[in-house]
Amino acid sequence: MPRHRGAFRPRSNDHVIAVLMLLPTLVLLAVFVYGFIGSTAWMSLTDWGSNPAQALALDPEVAFVGLANYERLFTSGLNARFRQDLVNTFFFTVFFIVGCVSLGLGLAVLLDQRVRGEGFFRTVFLFPFALAFIVTGTIWRWMLQPQGGVNRLPELIGLPPFQFGWLTSRQQVWQFLWQDLPVFLGALLALVALWQVWRTWRRGGRLSAGAWGGVALALAVWTLSGAPGVALPARPETHGFNLAFLGIILASIWQMSGYTMALYLAGLRGISDDLREAGRIDGATEWQLYRHVILPLLGPVTLSAMIILGHISLKIFDLIWAMAGADNAETDVPALLMYLRSFRANRFAEGAAIAIVLLLMVAAVIVPYLRSTLRREKAA
Amino acid sequence: MRRTVLPFLLLLLGLSVAAAQNELEIFSWWAGDEGPALEALIEMYEQQHPDVEVINATVTGGAGVTAKAVLKTRMLGGDPPDSFQVHAGQELIGTWVVANRMEDLTPMFEEQGWMDSFPPDVIELISTEGGIWSVPVNVHRSNVIWYVPSNLEEWGVEVPADWNEFVETTCPALQEQGVTPLTVGENWTQQHLWESVVLAELGVDGWRSLWTGNMAFDDDAVVAAWETFGRVLDCTNDDAAGLAWQQATDRVAEGEAAFNVMGDWAAGYMNTTLGLEPGQGFGWAASPGTDGVFMVLSDSFGLPVGSPHRDNAVAWLELIGSKGGQDAFNPLKGSISPRLDSDLSLYNTYGQSAADDYQSDTKVGSLAHGTVANETFMSEFATVMDAYTGTRDARQAAAMSSDLA
Amino acid sequence: MTATSGTLCRPPRRSGSRVVVYLLLALATLFFLLPIYLVLITALKEPAEISLSSTWRLPRTWHWHSFVLAWEAFAPRLRNSLILAVSATVGSALLGSLNGYILSKWRFRGADIVFPLMLFGMFIPYQSILIPLFQFLRDVGLYGGLPGLILTHIVYGLPITTLIFRNFYAEIPDEMLDAAKIDGAGFFGIYRRIIFPLSVSGFVVVVIWQFTQIWNEFLFAVTLTRQSSQPITVALAQLAGGQAVSWNLPMAGSILAALPTLLIYIVLGRYFIRGLLAGSVKG
Repeated sequence: MPRHRGAFRPRSNDHVIAVLMLLPTLVLLAVFVYGFIGSTAWMSLTDWGSNPAQALALDPEVAFVGLANYERLFTSGLNARFRQDLVNTFFFTVFFIVGCVSLGLGLAVLLDQRVRGEGFFRTVFLFPFALAFIVTGTIWRWMLQPQGGVNRLPELIGLPPFQFGWLTSRQQVWQFLWQDLPVFLGALLALVALWQVWRTWRRGGRLSAGAWGGVALALAVWTLSGAPGVALPARPETHGFNLAFLGIILASIWQMSGYTMALYLAGLRGISDDLREAGRIDGATEWQLYRHVILPLLGPVTLSAMIILGHISLKIFDLIWAMAGADNAETDVPALLMYLRSFRANRFAEGAAIAIVLLLMVAAVIVPYLRSTLRREKAA
Repeated sequence: MRRTVLPFLLLLLGLSVAAAQNELEIFSWWAGDEGPALEALIEMYEQQHPDVEVINATVTGGAGVTAKAVLKTRMLGGDPPDSFQVHAGQELIGTWVVANRMEDLTPMFEEQGWMDSFPPDVIELISTEGGIWSVPVNVHRSNVIWYVPSNLEEWGVEVPADWNEFVETTCPALQEQGVTPLTVGENWTQQHLWESVVLAELGVDGWRSLWTGNMAFDDDAVVAAWETFGRVLDCTNDDAAGLAWQQATDRVAEGEAAFNVMGDWAAGYMNTTLGLEPGQGFGWAASPGTDGVFMVLSDSFGLPVGSPHRDNAVAWLELIGSKGGQDAFNPLKGSISPRLDSDLSLYNTYGQSAADDYQSDTKVGSLAHGTVANETFMSEFATVMDAYTGTRDARQAAAMSSDLA
Repeated sequence: MTATSGTLCRPPRRSGSRVVVYLLLALATLFFLLPIYLVLITALKEPAEISLSSTWRLPRTWHWHSFVLAWEAFAPRLRNSLILAVSATVGSALLGSLNGYILSKWRFRGADIVFPLMLFGMFIPYQSILIPLFQFLRDVGLYGGLPGLILTHIVYGLPITTLIFRNFYAEIPDEMLDAAKIDGAGFFGIYRRIIFPLSVSGFVVVVIWQFTQIWNEFLFAVTLTRQSSQPITVALAQLAGGQAVSWNLPMAGSILAALPTLLIYIVLGRYFIRGLLAGSVKG
């Protein structure tokens, strides 16, 4: 809001006071956020935890080892769990976002139909958001016991019970060879670059279309030659989607879809009734109205919901701890592994490296979002 | 602004000052069924030292898995408890002693005359050249197989003499009748089963040389043992990951399953909690192929450097090492006393049989319970176990564990 | 929140689609309330009556004893949580109000850079600062107790409280401040006389949000406290994660742990939703 700028220029004395009063917060956050991140990043470049005598000493003497911890995370056979965790996080994030957004949108649209008792329904759909993940996890752990809870529900209507091991299943589907991943990603990126060529060409940007073409070609060549130069584990490794995650996905959707609904409801309430009426007068059915008028207007809400949900799913920790225990490898994620590697295996440097990888993933989602939101706010 | 913040800060200060009193904080992972034994010791302590307030800091979670992480944050945070439970052996030595975080207890052992009351092989277990590091309060046996005698009779099977017999004969016979042949639970109980299988396959010398470094973890014999372990796992329940050890034991007691390999704390659980009579309600034998071998693990308490109430902690250690303390604790815990002079009449049938075996058997150390492996190894080995139960690739598991050693 | 202006001229709906709408809403209600039903009946059963096969059956007799046991086990932890959540909420709300005031009314050069950098602090995975935080608290002697945890929550609460107050104060017209300035009010005078009195609903939103977040938090709680200072979430996780659990106790414990935030949500739902919307940086 630039119109505020300089509102109090004449009293520059008070301006100094203002900045001074902000200073404690700035110092605190500079130290607690950026200082500590820097410190974690430094730790991840050391060998802290490489031998027991040093790991738990009161003042451990550590040595700089460069990127060795990161290299181990991505190549050593013992860290296969970390790579599976990345795959777990990917699938969890996808299902969690899709589930929350579709259920949240559906509920919001239902509540948008001027239903009786709207307040009641809204309260019911949103209350899980007020619970701690630990509470939700404890409740759902009981719901998902192999021979009880959800698996017994079919019996209530006379069907045989389910047999699925919600949290204990060892089944893995959609398996792929980790060693194939660079080729997959290379091909994907090449396709994205090709798409950019087409887009920029259509807009008449010959030069940038050519540049994108070069990128696409380079990626294609790199991919076709087998994606050289990427550090890979020596032994072939299959990873995939662990079915044990289904229970966690279910519980997390239960907890967070009401939140998504609230975001959508706020968005729907922002759409003027005149617009709806205009549509109806043009003879649009309710369905067409949503399809062509309202849903497109909710695009920005969907984007922010996806980003908020995405960063929550990357950081998910307590829910899994309470539902499946910190130790269940089938339902492990990097946020948990960081804790286990640091405080159980005493490999602090490796834990720090996992934390930094996690931070980078979150930053990749959040930083562009913050930039665009604040830019939009300034423009408004 | 200031005026509102100041009283608030004073309040914080007040909260933090309230801590320093005449206390004794004991950190352990004994709760639930294992709780009463510890409470008996605490009661004795309170009678002897009525002015000390005992804080029983218990963190639950199988074999202390959760507790160890909490203890670690506290030790690293410079906030050690006065005394903490730790598995005797490498878990203590290779984790805390090498990092100079424990006090040498040799003077206490000499002063209390414990050098003679504890057998030399136990003292060796808890010592390095630099000193004696903890007071062992009990001895447990890891390699025990449990069953219900009447059920076995009904199903027409016997306790197998070795794992080959189990896989070839016992397991199919039970599966035909819809009975789970063997139950296993979460990760550490799988490691627990593993050490019984591997001990049987490698023999006493092989097992020992694995830990002295004379046999590599990717030796062909170890690969073969992993393969046997895989065939044993084929005879187990498929929801292992979600079960606590008690739940795995329950299935045997309830007749859903035939066997369970678990440490002999299971005897205490079946006797005290499930109300089964040793010998009739439940039976036991050395796990297949390990007759005459006693795989030892021992819980002990140590004295961390910087213990806030050191005198109280020393008194605590003196109590738990004494004959009176151990005779109060072990019958309740379902373990036996490592002391040579303990009163065997206090123990039930199982305890007396275990004590006999302890005297006569060859003793080896347990991996899953920290006797022969330090904490880092144990934690990494859990990863190996996960990888193996997922892939069932014996050679890979052997190679991974050899990367560890 | 509810716009009612269009209702009058709305064409009547076909009753068939209304039935579908209510049917779907009923199904959704079932999905959200089934777990609560299960929690309640499990907590009210006698331990001996709880078995996997009769999970969904109502208790034969109402058995309140589990709540007594859970209360006995959890009362000190609930007290810890209360002290923690109240102090950290008050601290972060007051500082956040001041910051929001400065950032919305006393713009200075560099604010455009500082503010996003502050905001980023509320999104980071706390694992990435956990080990240094822990070393820092140890070095200043605050590890293990509530004060250290309170400090932690105040600091990491600052980004969101600042954001909410900044957006809230942006709605206060500058003209009001100009008038006060002409009367000779300075930085603190304006805050005390104009901003603070107008902040009540802003404080309600922030306090509710922070209280809920801090009450529910787990990672810091499990890493930075010794047993005697543990908040309720850690105690519940340990009780439920323990062995051979009889489920009545964790369920009763869950209810105790959830009650404060649930009550706030039900009584002050409107403000709760405003905080939640602010949490998505939309303002």
